[in-house]
Amino acid sequence: MPDDDRTPPPADLYRQLLLCRRFEEVVAEQYREGRVPGPLHLALGQEATAVGVCAALRRTDVITSTHRGHHHCLAKGADVDRMMAELLGRRTGYSGGRNGSMHIADPDVGLLGTNGIVGGGLPIATGAAFGLQVQGRDDVAVCFFGEGATATGNFGEALNIAALWALPIVFVCENNRFAELTPSSTHVAGEVWQRAEAYGFPGVRVDGSDVHAVADATHDAVARARAGDGPTLVEVMTYRLSGHYVGDPATYRDEAEAQAWRDRDAVARARAALTGTEAAAVDDEIEELLATAVDRALAAPTADPEELG
Amino acid sequence: MTTTVDGVRSLKYWQGVNQALHQEMDRDERVVLVGEDVGGPGGPYGVTRNLRATFGPNRVRDTPISESTIAGLGIGAAAVGLRPVVELMFFDFCMLAMDQIVNQAAKYRYFTGRSLPLTIRTMSGSGGSYGAQHCQSFEAWFAAVPGLTVVMPSNARDAKGLLKSAIRSDDPTLVIETFGLLTARRDTPVDEDFLVPLGVAETRRSGDDVTVVATGRMVDRSLEAAERAAAGGVSVEVIDPRTIAPLDRTAIVESVSRTGRLVVVQEASAPFSLAAEVCALAAEECFDRLRAAPVRLCADFVNVPTPQDLIEARVPGVDDILAAVTRVTGR
Repeated sequence: MPDDDRTPPPADLYRQLLLCRRFEEVVAEQYREGRVPGPLHLALGQEATAVGVCAALRRTDVITSTHRGHHHCLAKGADVDRMMAELLGRRTGYSGGRNGSMHIADPDVGLLGTNGIVGGGLPIATGAAFGLQVQGRDDVAVCFFGEGATATGNFGEALNIAALWALPIVFVCENNRFAELTPSSTHVAGEVWQRAEAYGFPGVRVDGSDVHAVADATHDAVARARAGDGPTLVEVMTYRLSGHYVGDPATYRDEAEAQAWRDRDAVARARAALTGTEAAAVDDEIEELLATAVDRALAAPTADPEELG
Repeated sequence: MTTTVDGVRSLKYWQGVNQALHQEMDRDERVVLVGEDVGGPGGPYGVTRNLRATFGPNRVRDTPISESTIAGLGIGAAAVGLRPVVELMFFDFCMLAMDQIVNQAAKYRYFTGRSLPLTIRTMSGSGGSYGAQHCQSFEAWFAAVPGLTVVMPSNARDAKGLLKSAIRSDDPTLVIETFGLLTARRDTPVDEDFLVPLGVAETRRSGDDVTVVATGRMVDRSLEAAERAAAGGVSVEVIDPRTIAPLDRTAIVESVSRTGRLVVVQEASAPFSLAAEVCALAAEECFDRLRAAPVRLCADFVNVPTPQDLIEARVPGVDDILAAVTRVTGR
């Protein structure tokens, strides 16, 4: 049974998961209509990672995200209208529509930024944790990254320093089984979660289709960080049902494997925990929210060529 | 070391840096210092000595040899409210932190609309005999990045005043200190409110016949060449840009417009360098007033050697500067 203190009430949980899912599906529709200026990297199927992790966080905690970061932004509390407007290249977006999907940030809610560079957030999150520690705050930093980023030098550097300084950080490896266009078996040697042990701090692996399991593991890791006991590496085993980018036919993916993941879909499971009436109410609420976001974005002027800097 | 009545002391370059750090850390508890060997040892050349003893291990941290994450420590800490100073021991090591400096720090304000009060200190130039991976001068790379301020103090006074301004600045600033000048002296105000403004050149010597724009170790050499030229009746103006991004274009254009002649002296090689930029500036803004073709007097376009005599063979010396001045003035 889910721990009531550790995950939101069922309707809230479903609402958050569905927002992540439908936000990306709606944006993908807009992309296919030619209304999204930049590329889109979707994380369909991975919703439980962001929602489960952020359930353990408060507003003053900070996160760094990735090129596949819409879920992280939404789960940390970014504004749906401003995100939609940014992706649609509108002046009401987070940075006036200039930067798009890979460069959304909202420091007011602790979102230090999505990132166009794989592994680029690892040093920054480590630095944020250092800054929180110096100031004596009991906030924590969470670094989201994919298993592809574990092949970068930043991964080893960040884990080492975080361990040496007992930094208040949780490293969340979102293992979605693909690094860009290639299965992670080609990229990743050994087991990611076990690398923490070599640096002398805990590493755990959780089922990314189970939002409660993700929240539980994160709560433990965050409690450890807040108490001054240092970092934890949480490897969330999830699955990317979308291609690397919208338009990627993902011919490298095994359809049976994908179907097995769809059968365990966290969004559908969260919906099944509600009564039909409750679920329908949330469905309507999210559709309304997103339709409004799209309408508001499209009503706003496109990014201003006079405001390049 | 003596203090004159007007609060000016003759400081060595490293003392200027050290005094700036002490003063700013004392003034603002948000200022922290992070880097390889900066704490216990006080830096490989003693530049950061006594800072950990004074401000404690929470604010002065020795890092592992992890340049990318050292830079990232500064970015993340600045993003949550500190004003970090991170040290990347040699300029050449900045290349390991290129992503964090160029892709991350420089774009933080562009992406978030927020300040990122980060100072990155490093050291360049071929003053020591450390060879081709410790003595390079590629400051122009960083000067080409929107969102970065790049300063190159050439003396103790500027080392102190520019570093203090960098620390108080709300945007990422790369301070490239000059190796080979660490023990060079210049009179420096001890006042804790003494600052050298970012983006403002200093005319080190006024003159009418030729403008010499010089950086780093080449500033003192240019001043010596100017002194010798004066004996021959040639009046040389020596400008130290101090900040190379954003460049004080006004000061350079004003001077070159007046003298009609330009020699740019630097320890970097000429191609795609600050010297190239300054000459382009003169061509664009002073074309009608130029009385001779601008000259880039730079290090040979070869890698930096280790023996001192080879190093000197590669970079401009006082005689070379004098010869260039003579060539453009025709005297």
